[in-house]
Amino acid sequence: MAKVIYGGQSYECGEHSVLDCLTAQGVAVPSSCRSGICQTCLMRAVTGEIPKRAQEGLKPTLAAQNYFMACSCFPQSDIEVVLPEAGLNRLAARVASVEYLNVDILGIRLDPSKPLEYKAGQFINLFKDKATARCYSLASLPALDEPLFLNVRKVPGGLVSNWLFENLKAGDEVEISEATGDCFYVPGNADQNILLIATGTGLAPLYGIVRDALMNGHKGKLSLYHGSYDTSGFYLVDELKELERLHDNFSYVPCVSEGAAPKGYVRGMVLDAALNDHPDLSGWRVFLCGNPNMVNAAKKQTFFAGASMRDIFADPF
Amino acid sequence: MSLYTDIGGEPAVNAAVDIFYRKVLKDDRINRFFSNVDMEKQAAKQKAFLTMAFGGPHNYTGEDMRRGHAHLVAQGLNDTHFDAVMEHIGATLTELKVPANLIAQAAAIAESTRKDVLGK
Repeated sequence: MAKVIYGGQSYECGEHSVLDCLTAQGVAVPSSCRSGICQTCLMRAVTGEIPKRAQEGLKPTLAAQNYFMACSCFPQSDIEVVLPEAGLNRLAARVASVEYLNVDILGIRLDPSKPLEYKAGQFINLFKDKATARCYSLASLPALDEPLFLNVRKVPGGLVSNWLFENLKAGDEVEISEATGDCFYVPGNADQNILLIATGTGLAPLYGIVRDALMNGHKGKLSLYHGSYDTSGFYLVDELKELERLHDNFSYVPCVSEGAAPKGYVRGMVLDAALNDHPDLSGWRVFLCGNPNMVNAAKKQTFFAGASMRDIFADPF
Repeated sequence: MSLYTDIGGEPAVNAAVDIFYRKVLKDDRINRFFSNVDMEKQAAKQKAFLTMAFGGPHNYTGEDMRRGHAHLVAQGLNDTHFDAVMEHIGATLTELKVPANLIAQAAAIAESTRKDVLGK
C-alpha cells in the first residue's frame, strides 16, 4: 500500500487521492474543483513517483519541478510531498568573484558548497544574516558548469544590496537557499518563437534562459528586448552582441525610455518596442522579467497579442 | 459526458480558455471583477468553469459556486454581468466553429449556475 509522507508523518493512502488522504488527517490543503483542472490543490513531490494524470494540464515549468495536483494524484508507491510555500533548504557558498557590470549593478559569482540543482532563470535567496535575505535570479547555466552568476542592483536604502556593494569580496562565505521559481526554458517545441522582455536586472534570468535555449538547439526566433532609462543602465552588452553574431535566430534590442538613443538603441518603452516589432504573438512563448508594472502590463498585452496564457512566463521583482 | 466528447474534450477547453479570457478582460462591463488577481490562477479557474459548461468532469456544488463568488456579489455582481459572460461563452464557441446545438447545451449548463453565482 502506498503511503503519503507529509510533515514528517506517514499516512496510508489506500485508494484515495493525496488530497483526500491528507485532508482526512486534518492537513489543510486548499482545493476547489477536485477534478484536476483548477490547480488550487497544487503540491510538490520531494521524493517518489508522480502518476502522469496528476500533472496533466500543468505548465511544463511546474511539472519539471515536480508540482502536481493533489486531487488527481493516486500514488502507486510511497510519495513525500510538501505544500508549494514550504521553505527551501539553505547551503553555504563561496564568493568566486565580484565585479561591476555597470555603475549600479554588481555581478557576483558563487561556488556552492554542494551541487545546486537549478535551471537558468530560477532564483535563490542570498542571506545577509539568518533573518535577512533577498531573491536574486540565476543568469548562469548549470550545464556549462559555471559558478552561480547573480546580477545585483543597488537599491537605495536596500539592506542586502548595500551590504553586498560595500562588503562582499572574493573568498567570502555566504549563505544561500536552494533555487526556485518557474520562469525558465523547457526544451521541446524547438521551432517556437520566443519573445523575452526585461527591465534592469530582469536581464539576469533572461540572459540565462537565452543561452539555455541556444544550447538546447532552439531553432525558433529568440527576440530579447532590454529596457533602461538611459544608456548607462545597460550591461552584458558585449556578451549579447557576441551571441547575436554567433546565432542568426537571436536578436538583442536595447531600448532607452528617457533621453537620447544613440545608434543601435531604440528610443521608447521596452514593451512598446517589442510589441511594435511583433504585433502578432500567436504561438509564441514569452518571458517577462523585471519591474512589476512593466511585467504585469506585458502579461496582459502579450496575451492580447495572441500568446497563450500557458506560454507566458513572468518574474516580477 | 457525450457533450464534452462532442465539443472536443480537453484540447477544446484549452483552445477556448484563451479566447474566452481575452474577451472577458477586454470587456469594460465586467473586467473589474477579473482584475487584481493572478492572471494564471484566474485562467485555471476559467478552465474549470468552461470544462463544467462543456459537460466535462467537475465536482462543483451550488454551495461552492455561492462561496466562490460571494465577494463579487458584494461588489455588485448582477444579472447583467452574468449575461455578458454568457455572451462571451457563446461567442467563443462560435469562433471555434462548434455546432449551434452543442453551444446551446453548453450555454444551458452555464445558465444553470446563475442563481448560485449571483447568490440568489
